[in-house]
Amino acid sequence: MSNLFGHSGSNNGGEGHGQNTSEPESSGNATDNTPDTETGNSDQSQTGNTSGPHYSVGIDLGTTHCVLSYVDLSTSDEDSYHQDVMAIPQLSSPGTVEDLLQLPSFLYQAHALELAEGATSLPWTAKPPFLVGEIARNLGSKTPIRLVSSAKSWLCHAGVDCKAAILPAEAPEEVERVSPFQATVAYLQHIRDAWANKHPGEPLSEQDVTITVPASFDPAARELTVEAARSVGLEKAILLEEPQSALYSWIEKSQGEWRKQVQIGDIILVIDIGGGTTDLSLIAVTQQDGNLELTRVAVGDHILLGGDNMDLALAYTVKAKLEQDGRRLEAWQIQALMHGCREAKEKIFSQTELDTIPLVVPNRGSSLIGGALRTELTREEVERVLVEGFLPRVASADRPIVRPRSGLRTAGLPYAQDAAITRHLAAFLAKQLSSTDELSDVKLPEHATFIHPSAVLFNGGVLKAEALAGRLMEVLNSWLTAEQAPEARLLEGADLDLAVARGAAYYGFVRKGKGVRIKGGTAASYYVGIESAMPAVPGMPPEIEALCIAPFGMEEGTEAVLPDDEFGLVIGEPVRFRFFSSNNRREDKAGDRLEYWTGDELDELDEIEITLPEEGRKAGEVVPVHLTSAVTEVGTLELHAVSRQDGKRWKVEFEVRAGEES
Amino acid sequence: MNYSIDLTLKPTTFDLWHVCLAGTVVLLGLILIVVLLAGLVSVARGKKKLIVETLKQSALLVPPKAPEPEVKIVEKIVEVEKIVQAPAPEPIVLKEATPDAALQLLNLLQKEARFIDFVMENITAYSDADIGVAARVVHEGCTKVMEEHFKLAVIHEGQEGATVTLPKGFDASSIRLIGNIVGEAPFTGVLVHKGWQVTDMNLPKLTSGHNVKILAPAEVEL
Repeated sequence: MSNLFGHSGSNNGGEGHGQNTSEPESSGNATDNTPDTETGNSDQSQTGNTSGPHYSVGIDLGTTHCVLSYVDLSTSDEDSYHQDVMAIPQLSSPGTVEDLLQLPSFLYQAHALELAEGATSLPWTAKPPFLVGEIARNLGSKTPIRLVSSAKSWLCHAGVDCKAAILPAEAPEEVERVSPFQATVAYLQHIRDAWANKHPGEPLSEQDVTITVPASFDPAARELTVEAARSVGLEKAILLEEPQSALYSWIEKSQGEWRKQVQIGDIILVIDIGGGTTDLSLIAVTQQDGNLELTRVAVGDHILLGGDNMDLALAYTVKAKLEQDGRRLEAWQIQALMHGCREAKEKIFSQTELDTIPLVVPNRGSSLIGGALRTELTREEVERVLVEGFLPRVASADRPIVRPRSGLRTAGLPYAQDAAITRHLAAFLAKQLSSTDELSDVKLPEHATFIHPSAVLFNGGVLKAEALAGRLMEVLNSWLTAEQAPEARLLEGADLDLAVARGAAYYGFVRKGKGVRIKGGTAASYYVGIESAMPAVPGMPPEIEALCIAPFGMEEGTEAVLPDDEFGLVIGEPVRFRFFSSNNRREDKAGDRLEYWTGDELDELDEIEITLPEEGRKAGEVVPVHLTSAVTEVGTLELHAVSRQDGKRWKVEFEVRAGEES
Repeated sequence: MNYSIDLTLKPTTFDLWHVCLAGTVVLLGLILIVVLLAGLVSVARGKKKLIVETLKQSALLVPPKAPEPEVKIVEKIVEVEKIVQAPAPEPIVLKEATPDAALQLLNLLQKEARFIDFVMENITAYSDADIGVAARVVHEGCTKVMEEHFKLAVIHEGQEGATVTLPKGFDASSIRLIGNIVGEAPFTGVLVHKGWQVTDMNLPKLTSGHNVKILAPAEVEL
């Protein structure tokens, strides 16, 4: 847990505004505030606080923690830049409110009789709709059946209706459930109210808000995140990919020195190992008119594997050791062990002279000295379980082991089956071998079997451990030397815990035209499945073709029209399409039809749906339409069906996961 | 001469003597009335004041408390007189520690370090090894509480056991002289303890209904 100081000065700011319940600000009445969703407002922010936002706010909406960072736009320019991380007031236990830099992304559904009256009031409301943050995590550690966690991972979990109340998944019937979407809204709402409490008169809805999402988030998950932000009044919030955000933070921290640390032709590998997920991205350094340019060239799959898995792995190692001595552990003891292992791991990694750390799980009763469970965690165990288990020395040709899913698996998140992050990394680099083919500045040797990163940027608290970071670099460099490529260097000076939020706030500043911007666009190319015109063969499903509707790297604010591919849509009847994405087919253009593809090229996402409302037409009438795709300034993908006859447009919905298949 | 007085007699003549007598009676009667009236008026005035006071009081406080205002007035007068008479010695005010913060700290120490459990247990029957195991829990938890809520700094940067010199005008509240205290500053002596001070603290805020006296709630697992 991070120390609270350094920000305690701002703690008293909001006390006098205790009753400020701050309803969501609808921007409907903002007549004097031009709805500035895009650039060209750099002049406005200079003229004063009344016009244009005062702050650029970055929100890291993490799987396990949320962080908010902000930049004062009125006083910041390229020479003097003021950025802060806001301590978020939150309940830490019933009746106590603490300001913490991180808001744990947990939601607790308390029983009606569980908490005393008034024990859950916050500085801005006497009764919050949901318990979120530290209190949720604390209560949930003792009553897991009522705890909602990892809501974010559910957002991009195919085959689940994200607006259906399904969490906590393992709870008994009577526990009121929430949807993954609702949980996300609850975290954002808490952050919005906390901001209003600390910055009265300057609601978050009027600031430039950037929310980070994993690079591997699919269009539906991005859309849901934006919708959650809209529902708490953050109309202008835009999205940014987390690895890009980490790189922005590094650029900001280097204070202009970054230009000396990277050269044209560099490929920066961003490895982000968070509490619950691992995210990989590649960013190329190129030049345009003599200026350095950054282009995000590839993103990896959503890997549900992170720091929490490591703590759990250690706890189970210790448990096995204790069970050998004939002691059986209860669920709460494993929970406590996991907690103890996390702290022991950090100590072993940070203090090289320590070889064993005693672990004590005290009795739950008031007698502390009697029934305590004592054991030890040795350096050898930590290295064997974490370094060898999660970052084994593998060859660049190794791939993650995939076991067939057992049929009895309960409905839950698709956790990564292979814990070896290095194998996931090897697969990613090999898959992205051709990702820089179009960039003339980047040159790969002919014989390369995987893309050769020349620099590495780490993100996520796990990589603070020297042993883990060192091993990761060692494995990567062993692959590079095997192909006679120079070793990759580690980009120093990153703030591993808070970089994503800080980078997002800096991005809001960059968007004012005050710094280098990473070119990105869509992280994948997208396809709809179309039945090909072939005679039906009994017993065989009809052949399907993939029609590319949005190419890879499609930039914000651009549109792709597919006038040649016409569909007849029936009024009043929902029409569904199979929907695919690919993060390594770069050459496909909008309108291309794929008749054949290999298994790892296209990933099937949830189906998409178009419903044409009647609107004066007769139900059953067939309307010829073609599809268009557009990447909004916010960073979401939008698909529309456009009528041939009158140019009328209908939105194609991503969110059609409603429980049919689950 | 017979001087017996016959009270039934009525004056038959209206001479000066009788006029004077009647005048005196009327005058005395008038004086009596005036005195009685004056008395009545003064009593009525006093009552009026009281009524006004009571009304004022009842406007401020909903339950009317009649006799209190009088007492208060008396007190005030006494105080003013005191100050006028003896203005010199200021009353010494001792700061009273707020019990909430103390209880809150105990609560934190119990939650993180099982502090109350440890202190309240009779440790005589246990071996040092067992106590040592428990002490780890207490030590780790206490460290966590200190790190999260207090910022500590040492007062004297010198090495303990080394000779240090205190300049003239050193802060006597943060550095305590012990032993052979004679002579004038600068003093030279051995640093026995480097001292601790809190440079910043940040205790959690409490909701209004929170009972800080509950150091650890009883736990019942269902």
